[in-house]
Amino acid sequence: MSTLENGAISSPAIHAPGERQITFGQAILEAISEEMARDESVFVIGEDVAAAGSVFKVLVGLLDEFGPERVIDSPISEAGIAGIGVGAAITGMRPIVDIMFGDFTTLVMDQLVNQAAKTHYMSGGKLTVPMVLRTTLGASRRSAAQHSQSLHALFSHIPGLKVALPATPYDAKGLMKSAIRDDNPVVVFEDKMLYQEKGPVPEEEYTLPLGQADVKRTGEDITIIATSSMVYVGLEAAEKLASIGISAELIDPRTTNPLDSDTLIQSAQKTSRALVLDEGYRQYGVTGEIASVIADGAFYYLDAPVKRIGAMNVPVPFSPAMEDLTIPDADYVVETAKTLCG
Amino acid sequence: MSEKNDSNPNETELDAEHWLQAYEQMVKIRTFEETANELYTSARMPGITHLYIGEEAIAVGVCEALRQDDYITSTHRGHGHCLAKGADLDRMFAELLGKEAGYCRGKGGSMHIADQETGNLGANGIVGGSSGIATGAGMSIRLRGTDQVSVCFFGDGALGQGLLYESMNMAQLWKLPVIYVCENNQYGEYTHNSKAAAGSMIGRATGFGVHAQAIDGQDIRTVHATARLVIERARKGGGPAFLVCNTYRFHGHHVGDIDRPYRTREEEAEWAKRDPLILLENWLLKSKQAEKQVLERIQQEVKTAVDDAVAFAEEASFPSESEVDRHVYA
Repeated sequence: MSTLENGAISSPAIHAPGERQITFGQAILEAISEEMARDESVFVIGEDVAAAGSVFKVLVGLLDEFGPERVIDSPISEAGIAGIGVGAAITGMRPIVDIMFGDFTTLVMDQLVNQAAKTHYMSGGKLTVPMVLRTTLGASRRSAAQHSQSLHALFSHIPGLKVALPATPYDAKGLMKSAIRDDNPVVVFEDKMLYQEKGPVPEEEYTLPLGQADVKRTGEDITIIATSSMVYVGLEAAEKLASIGISAELIDPRTTNPLDSDTLIQSAQKTSRALVLDEGYRQYGVTGEIASVIADGAFYYLDAPVKRIGAMNVPVPFSPAMEDLTIPDADYVVETAKTLCG
Repeated sequence: MSEKNDSNPNETELDAEHWLQAYEQMVKIRTFEETANELYTSARMPGITHLYIGEEAIAVGVCEALRQDDYITSTHRGHGHCLAKGADLDRMFAELLGKEAGYCRGKGGSMHIADQETGNLGANGIVGGSSGIATGAGMSIRLRGTDQVSVCFFGDGALGQGLLYESMNMAQLWKLPVIYVCENNQYGEYTHNSKAAAGSMIGRATGFGVHAQAIDGQDIRTVHATARLVIERARKGGGPAFLVCNTYRFHGHHVGDIDRPYRTREEEAEWAKRDPLILLENWLLKSKQAEKQVLERIQQEVKTAVDDAVAFAEEASFPSESEVDRHVYA
C-alpha cells in the first residue's frame, strides 16, 4: 500500500507535476506507434482506421508513419476482421483489431470467445493468439442504446481473455503497450469520453503490467473501487467526502481479467468498507465479481456490506434528460458512501 | 443441390510413386475412421466423433498439392484433413482417447486437433468458424512476404454462416492466398442442402469475383489437378479460389447417427458406387500404375500401423489433475 498521507493522490497517472501532458487519445496512439516501430509483426486493422485515422481521430498520422500494408482499412465486417486477427496472430503476427464501438463487439463474440480465447488451451499450449482487440465503452454522448454500452463484463467472464480498462493517459499508454506484447488475446476498452482528457505521460519508455491495480487516492474510512471513467466520478466523490470528514481510498483495478484481488482486499481490510463503481450494467456486472472477492477476502474486517454501483439496468436512452439518470454520478456515490460510513 | 462439375480429370504431374502415396493416405484415413467408429461402438472412446469416410479424396487431393509450411484449417469432421496434412496416427488416436500424449494433451479431443508442425491451425467445432482464421493466416502470409498458401476446409453447412462471406470478400479485396474448399457432402447435420442453401453455391464466390469451380470430389485426380492449379495461382499472387467438391458422407452426421431417417438407403447405395478409394484403385490398376498385390500390401501396412497406434493410445496415460488449468494463458 502507498505510504502517502491520507487524501494525497498517489498515482503518477493523476499527479506528476512538471511532466509532459498529453491526451488519452495521444497516449493510445503513442503506444501503438512505438510498438509498431519496435516490432514489425504489429499491424492495425479496422473500419476507417487508416485514411480517416479512426472515427474518434485517435489514429491520425499512423497511416503516414507505417503505410497501408500495416494500417488497414477494412470493410464493415467486425466478425471477419476479428477472425483475420485470430488467424494472423496464430501464424506469427501481432494484430490490433479495431472495433469502433464496444456495442459492436457482440458481432465478434464467436471469434473472441470460441476461437481466440480457447485456441491456446484447446491446442494443448501449442498455438498462441497474441492479439489486441481495441474498442470503446461509456455513455454520455447522446448516442442511444447501440453506441453507448459498457460491455467489458461479457469478456471478463471468459477464461483465456484478458481485459484492460485504462482510466488515464498514463495507464492507457502503459497498458496498451503491454497488451500488444502479451501472448494472449487482450481486449482493451477505452472510454470515448476520455480521449481528450489530459494527463502526465513520461517521454521515456515504460509499460504497465496487466493485473496490477493502482491506488489512485489513499484514504482510511472507505475503499472505492472504480474502473475507466468511473475513476473520475469516484475521485470527485472522494473530494466531496473529504469535505465532510470521510477519507476515501480509490483503487483502479486497471484490468478486470486478471484481477488484482490482493490490492483490493488489503484496502478493504484497512478501511473496513467498500463500494464498487463501474459503468457496466449493474446486474451481473464486474462489480458483482469484485464485491464477491472483497466479501470473501475481507469479511471479518468489514463494518458494512459491500455496495455496488453500476449503470441502470435499462438500454441507454437517447434523451439527455434520461441518459444522465442511467450513469452513476459523484453525488450518488457520496450518498452511498455516507450510508456505509454512517 | 449438387453443383454441376465443371472440371475434367486432367492428367497431373504426379507419378506412380506419388499416386501410391496418395492412395496410402486415403487408406490411412479410411482405416483410422473405421477404427474410431469401432472404438466408439465398443465404448473405448469418450464423447462422439464425426467420420470423414467417403470424402477422403478431397483432403488428400488438396493436401498432396500443399507444402508442409502451407496452412490448413479444418472442421468438426476433421480427422481426414489432419492426417492428410501429415499428422501421426498415434498422437491422433491418443487425442481421441483424451490422453496426454495426444496432439492437444487431451484438451481438444476429436474436434480440435491442431498441429503447428504440419501447418494445421486446428480443427474447429464451430461450423464456418475457421474461415476467418484461414483468411487471417492468408493476411499473415501477405504481411510476412512468404509464398505460403492457406486452405480453409468446410462443409456445405457453413454456406449458411455470414463469416464465410465476410472472409471471402476481404480475401478477394486484398488478393490473399486462401483456398476455400467446400466439401459439399449434401447434408448439414441432418438437413439436405436443398433446404438450406438457396441459389448457386459457386455463385456465392463469383459474386465477390473469387475464382470458383464445382468439381467431382470423389475423384482424387480431379481434386488434385484442380487444387494444384488454384494453389499455385494463389502462391503467385493470383488471389483466392473457391472449390465446391461434390461428395457424400457415407456414415451419419456422427458415430451415433446410425438410423439416418433423413435420407434413403437407395441414395446411399448410389453414392457408394462412387467410393473414392475404389475409384482410385480401379484407375491405378487399369492404368497399370500398380499391381493388386501392391495395393493390398499398403492396406495391410496401414492396418498394422493403425492397430499399433490404437495400442499406443490405449496404453498412454490420462493427463494429471495438474494439467487442467495449464495453458489457459500463454
